Amino acid sequence: MIVVALFFYLFAGICVASAFMVIASKNPVHSVLYLILAFVNAAGLFVMLGAEFLAMILIVVYVGAVAVLFLFVVMMLDVDFAELKQGALQYLPIGMLIGGIFLAELLLVVGAWVIGPGVPQAITAPISAKVPNIEAIGLVLYTRYAFFFEAAGMILLVAMVGAIVLTLQHRVRVRRQDISEQVARTPATAMEVVKVRTGQGLGSNT
Amino acid sequence: MTIGLGHYLSVAAVLFTFGIFGIFLNRKNVIIILMSIELILLAVNINLVAFSSYLGDIVGQIYALLVLTVAAAEAAIGLAILVVYYRNSGSIAVEDINLMKG
Repeated sequence: MIVVALFFYLFAGICVASAFMVIASKNPVHSVLYLILAFVNAAGLFVMLGAEFLAMILIVVYVGAVAVLFLFVVMMLDVDFAELKQGALQYLPIGMLIGGIFLAELLLVVGAWVIGPGVPQAITAPISAKVPNIEAIGLVLYTRYAFFFEAAGMILLVAMVGAIVLTLQHRVRVRRQDISEQVARTPATAMEVVKVRTGQGLGSNT
Repeated sequence: MTIGLGHYLSVAAVLFTFGIFGIFLNRKNVIIILMSIELILLAVNINLVAFSSYLGDIVGQIYALLVLTVAAAEAAIGLAILVVYYRNSGSIAVEDINLMKG
């Protein structure tokens, strides 16, 4: 039992500390790397909660895709980040105030909640100890929540198309291959038969 | 020394607060603001999975999966908009983004 508590405090501590470093570090590349660390430790917390599939998805999607996307964008934009950091401290008091209010409210809720009496009867898909986590998710996701699954797929498709359309740029000076034009070429448009007279060359004919 | 539901909710509350705090602290840098939004969504996911685990209901994990999908889509679209904006204006400072103010 002590090991469980130890690992919880390890994961939670590193997760919270790296979340703080995400917003506090000067270099955005460091921020992205701390974000990766926070997500890896959150995946550790998910494993401790018994949600192994979500933990792996968190690592694959966030560390593998989203964080690398952030890294690409941070390195692609040639921005003076020190200049953007100027004057950040003047927002510190209002940020502390609003963040403190949020934290106080949330911790008050955490300290005082009770689970309603109707909740245990309302459980729709109870977790069985015999079924593995990924199988349990699949059994529910592909049957009862199939529509939500397809809607999530549509959201990802729209996001992909949107990102491609937004960032696609046509450069004017690049020569591209026009396949339809190439295929539509006929001998009439592509070549010309010239009768060259002796001693006069091509100049007088064309 | 047992770790209960309240512990996980506290971690999620602190992460959420850091997300809110980051939006205020880095008001000029859109990239950090997007990362703060990711932190907020991570806090939401921790809440969903913690309740799912302690109530014994798998549906919370399904919702966490959907939140994860939306978060990934949001990050992709947000960063694409950011790249286009930087290409057009040469800066990503938030206070310059008032083109639609009229």
